[in-house]
Amino acid sequence: MTTKKQDDNQAGITQEGRFYSAERLHAMHDMMLYIRRFEEKAGQMYGLKKIGGFCHLCNGQEAVCVGMEEAAEPTDYMMTSYRDHGHILARGSDPTAIMAELLGRAGGIVGGKGGSMHMFDKEKNFAGGNGIVGEQVPIGTGFAFASKYNDDKRVSITIMGDGGVNQGAVYESFNMAALWKLPVVFVIENNQYAMGTSLSRASAETHLYKRGISFKVPGIQVDGMDVLEVERKMTEALEHARSGQGPIIVEMMTYRYRGHSMSDPATYRTRDEVDEWRSGRDPIVRLQKQMIEAGLATEADFKQKDKDIKKEVVAVAKAAEAQPEPDLSVLWDDVINDEIPNAYPYPRQVG
Amino acid sequence: MAKITYREALNQAMCNEMERDDRVFLMGEEVAEYNGAYKVSQGMLDKFGPRRVIDTPITELGFAGLGVGAAMAGLRPIIEFMTWNFAILAADQIVNAAAKMKYMTGGQYDCPMVFRGAGGAAARVSSQHSQAFENWYANIPGLKVVMPSNPADAKGLLAASIRDNDTVIFIENEINYGDIGEVPEGEYIVPLGKADIKRVGSDVTLVAHSRMTGYALLAAEGLAKQGIDAEVVDPRTIRPLDEATILASVAKTNRAVVIEEGWRFAGIGAEISARIMEKAFDDLDAPVARVTGKDVPMPYAANLEQYALPSVAEIVEAARVVCNRA
Ligand SMILES: Cc1ncc(C[n+]2csc(CCOP(=O)(O)OP(=O)(O)O)c2C)c(N)n1
Ligand SMILES: [Mg+2]
Repeated sequence: MTTKKQDDNQAGITQEGRFYSAERLHAMHDMMLYIRRFEEKAGQMYGLKKIGGFCHLCNGQEAVCVGMEEAAEPTDYMMTSYRDHGHILARGSDPTAIMAELLGRAGGIVGGKGGSMHMFDKEKNFAGGNGIVGEQVPIGTGFAFASKYNDDKRVSITIMGDGGVNQGAVYESFNMAALWKLPVVFVIENNQYAMGTSLSRASAETHLYKRGISFKVPGIQVDGMDVLEVERKMTEALEHARSGQGPIIVEMMTYRYRGHSMSDPATYRTRDEVDEWRSGRDPIVRLQKQMIEAGLATEADFKQKDKDIKKEVVAVAKAAEAQPEPDLSVLWDDVINDEIPNAYPYPRQVG
Repeated sequence: MAKITYREALNQAMCNEMERDDRVFLMGEEVAEYNGAYKVSQGMLDKFGPRRVIDTPITELGFAGLGVGAAMAGLRPIIEFMTWNFAILAADQIVNAAAKMKYMTGGQYDCPMVFRGAGGAAARVSSQHSQAFENWYANIPGLKVVMPSNPADAKGLLAASIRDNDTVIFIENEINYGDIGEVPEGEYIVPLGKADIKRVGSDVTLVAHSRMTGYALLAAEGLAKQGIDAEVVDPRTIRPLDEATILASVAKTNRAVVIEEGWRFAGIGAEISARIMEKAFDDLDAPVARVTGKDVPMPYAANLEQYALPSVAEIVEAARVVCNRA
């Protein structure tokens, strides 16, 4: 890896032959930091019992969220599991609506009906937010099918975990996608654990990027703690899919700092292991260092940014909390499109 | 008798049966090293080792089918689904394989096994994680469906289910896992297909299973204050249903309310009320009422979730209506 200041008059960093402008680097950094602080706030709100149910944070995985989004077109489809806050924030959805969803408020991104696990934003081509492990993989393949059908060059970015990759439907999807050359990038967020199960306890082949071999789906492994590498490799993968060569697997090597969900004390990992990732490979610190070295920012700049972002997140949380709960009548909304009024079970009725 | 939790009671049943029969093993996600996602299998890996307490990858269809094969080969699997929501992925193996194996092999093969895990609504986990599936499985010939409502039944029914020679769908309740109750020590069996009268009363019969049994008991207390003496019948086994106990109760009270957490249409209450109509029409002084979950997927927001679920107040109200006291 080479990190150096660009010689010409535009400031930035060139890594592996790819130039990133200062402006772009700042944007990537700020989004990663925003996600980090947003997740911390969500954790806090959960502790205060303002958020209920299951809440899965993505601290440590921010480079994956942000690097992928940097590489993607806004028209590309994206979908993931229940660990979805970071991805939808990176997509550019309204943070207040996301926080309101976590709080079960009327202005939540799905009106308070989904909560943490079910963030969707159709306008931003973000299709969840899927609570059943592996569920989004065939669905993402279906988005890719539609894209090929319409010949509109949109790629489906279909994200799953290292645990989710063991579901049978994943391989059915690999095969169909390869068979029909569908424009889908299967992203495996390998954060080393599925709940309390380490990768090697659940997978015979732990090099997950190889999981497509028997379906002729190529795979690459990416340092998911390096936002620039994520951006670069994802750009290549998207180009592969967009150009009609069919699906590709991108294995992002990453780590979740927190437990699986808020109720998981994560005692299955040693403190040393967590520390090794957290203090040794943190994606935000890493980019900050690169930017300071390249003279694009100072430590003081980042401190100030952190203060500002924390303030922003507090304001978002406040605004979300100020919203009312959904009106009870919305319970009956959106169950079905074409209601048939005179047949039982009657729409919008108890019985 | 010792006071233990519902989850400890389930744990005791599995441990006792595994001690008594080497063919019994436990397999599922996070059951071994993590001691169970809901800690039901706490300590079982230490006790029985990795041959018999087995963590799986997240691959429900695969390990459910593996269980079916192991059962056909003579073992006695306990297959844990972290929750029954995820068992939908395994429905083919449960419905097309396990349930039909004996019949379609002309009796050559059996599937003596237990599929177990948490069902029903948990708290604030939204549409995909809060669902009642007992009516799905209760519709299938070849399956038995069992749902304990308290710690003692949890122990006794699970032991009976493991010993049973058929495929048993054993649906626990996440919210009940921490409930404490008196549970007989040592070997304890509650026979399948036997309902239990949880409260004796004379004015109205409340039929409720799983978590709703507790709701019915609370409603009965409320009704008592209003001078209505409710009897609470817990079927405990949904399929096959001990209708004799329900019908005897209705013969005494002449009124019935059937309560379930799941959706009304084609639900358990539909079956039970139909049986009461078919078998005890002349005993009835009022149409059977049903209290069920609202006909919508479960929402996340606290107020919407509460509204979607059946409530004690709704049970009280329904009982008052059938007693002409509304
Ligand atoms: C089909 C199904 N089985 C089990 C679960 C319970 N569950 C939720 S998350 C999870 C672990 C998934 O791990 P991984 O795919 O690695 O994703 P990560 O949580 O690490 O992002 C499990 C077992 C589920 N939601 N769906
Ligand atoms: Mg994982």
